[in-house]
Amino acid sequence: MSSEKTERIFIKGNEAIAHGALAAGCRCYFGYPITPQNDIPEMMSSAIPAAGGEFVQAESEVAAANMLLGAAACGVRAFTSSSSPGVSLMQEAISYMAGSELPGVIVNMNRGGPGLGDIGPSQGDYFQSVKGGGHGDYRTYVLAPATCQECYDMMFEAFDVAYRFRTPVLVLGDAIVGQMKEPVTPWKRDDLDPATEGADWRLQGAKGRPARLLKSLFLEDGALAGQNRNLQAKYEAMKELARAESFETEDADLVVVAFGSIGRIAKSAIRKLRAQGHKVGLVRPVTLFPFPEKVLQDLAAKGKRFLTIEHNCGQMVDDVRLAVRAYCDSDFYGHMPGELPGSDDFLKPILDALGRK
Amino acid sequence: MQAHELREDETVAFDVPELLVDRATHYCPGCHHGVAHRLVAEVLTEMGVAEDTICVSSIGCSVFIYNYLAVDTVEAPHGRAPAVATGVKRARKDKIVFAYQGDGDLASIGLAEIMHAANRGERMTIVFVNNTVYGMTGGQMAPTTLVGQKTTTCPSGRCRDTEGLPMKMAEIIAGLGGVAYSARVSLDSVKHIRAAKKALRKAFDVQQNDLGFGFVEMLSACPTNWRMDAVKANKRIAEEMIPYFPLGVYKDVTEAEGVC
Amino acid sequence: MSRVVFLEDRCKGCLLCTTVCPKSIIRQSSRFNRQGYKVAEVPAEDMHECTACTSCALICPDAAIRVYKTKKTKAGE
Repeated sequence: MSSEKTERIFIKGNEAIAHGALAAGCRCYFGYPITPQNDIPEMMSSAIPAAGGEFVQAESEVAAANMLLGAAACGVRAFTSSSSPGVSLMQEAISYMAGSELPGVIVNMNRGGPGLGDIGPSQGDYFQSVKGGGHGDYRTYVLAPATCQECYDMMFEAFDVAYRFRTPVLVLGDAIVGQMKEPVTPWKRDDLDPATEGADWRLQGAKGRPARLLKSLFLEDGALAGQNRNLQAKYEAMKELARAESFETEDADLVVVAFGSIGRIAKSAIRKLRAQGHKVGLVRPVTLFPFPEKVLQDLAAKGKRFLTIEHNCGQMVDDVRLAVRAYCDSDFYGHMPGELPGSDDFLKPILDALGRK
Repeated sequence: MQAHELREDETVAFDVPELLVDRATHYCPGCHHGVAHRLVAEVLTEMGVAEDTICVSSIGCSVFIYNYLAVDTVEAPHGRAPAVATGVKRARKDKIVFAYQGDGDLASIGLAEIMHAANRGERMTIVFVNNTVYGMTGGQMAPTTLVGQKTTTCPSGRCRDTEGLPMKMAEIIAGLGGVAYSARVSLDSVKHIRAAKKALRKAFDVQQNDLGFGFVEMLSACPTNWRMDAVKANKRIAEEMIPYFPLGVYKDVTEAEGVC
Repeated sequence: MSRVVFLEDRCKGCLLCTTVCPKSIIRQSSRFNRQGYKVAEVPAEDMHECTACTSCALICPDAAIRVYKTKKTKAGE
């Protein structure tokens, strides 16, 4: 994989998503207005036609997700973006993409919920993203960016994984990640070849071969069971891609587990506490599914304790507890959606957790 | 050609195209999906575009078109076929794209998707099979169920006050800016079937000629859920459906330059 | 002379063909096919009346009818 780097640009996370998608070969974008991700459809509305691609502002998120399904069926790199309530509307299409084995990419800039909630950040969509917000036994590969650079970089990974496994992929940011501005170093891939991607399954007209059918309906006796086994094997195979960022964990007594923007804010809190002599570290899951349980298990085996910090009422903590269950439990601090988090908010919870034996 | 037993001194007066898969359908006796499928196969074959066509199937008895038409197909969620077809066409503008939908799928859950795809003038063709019920699920009331018609979810007959009037989709679609062709036809008689094929061809032509959205509503029977035999059900189309859903062309821009 | 062939395994006995034949030579037979449908037929003695108008084949929902027209050598055909 060759890459060429260019000058840095100072952009929002939302814009980095758009830039990254285009650089990663995206040729169709389908979107709908919803705060806090409107920068994405707004930027794509001019950038993707300029790149020879197609932009559609759909009539709803339901429609946008189904347009994505159609483009993915043709093996064309396409994505959609939304925020929590809109992603709720997309769940049926995501389930269909999983069952039909289609490589769609969906970006969610998580806002406060439930219901209309607010337009600020939260991590309340972890369950929806990781446990499958739609029906049936499927999982989506979930990436959780914490920086604008990760927003850019992860679009490449999202499309690559989507096509490698023929599966929908979710990029889960939040209002902080979407709206903050940071320098980003754009880069490109030279080895992408849309002519060959998906050539053995995509729809393009049955010329010189039998007609192809992409579906998720399996009525014949045993057929759906076969498809489910196929999907489960796929999700098992994805596990090798699980990863996390580890920060100051080697000698830590307490390991904070936090993802996305909260992982970043927790890092600031940890730096402050380290300066005071406290032995605290951070594991920041980068893939939420597959969950980086091995990283946590290795630390638990060494006797470390855990504090999961999330911007919700307790979602990822379930997976942390599952990962370390052979060794210990995890404490939990949930910063309530509807209140903006700052690193000082995490100092007391971390110290309390350190103080508990 | 599937010309069975052709003798030396004969010509084939009627045969079905190879695009129609050589197997018996599972559809009920007298169900017009068989006719509609055949007309689509004939039109695509005559246009020479079958190998460059992508079909979007919808939810209902209509989903099974993919068993009977040898065309690359993707299955869409209920009502969403026009959106899925939009994604397909935007991804592959060089292909002929069509969706095949029933009345529950298109006019109820899918109303937003069909109207917006039509309004945008997506270069696609919609084959709308209207039999005034949800067939696959056992004959529930649909947006096109007639007033007084009894179904499993309006057992006393559709009541105008509580259920509203049946929706006239060909007229509604014709009123949208991006539509190049919108027509209603029927499959109940030989004369009507011949006209239906012409209308279907037109609806594909406007796509191929980049003029806009093509739409054909085909009045059809559902003998099983209407609790009638095939002949009686077929008669119902002429006697009850056509008076309410008049046949005709409601929009045709082929004289002009298109819609965009 | 023309003739129709009924692919009896395809026929579902819907009898729509019987309603459109201008010569009224199609009728329900007494034969059941494997699917349990009583198939349509043109009795052999009536086949000579067939004009190959193809009405039956056009209305058949099951692609169960094929129509063959004898090539004529008479003038005017």
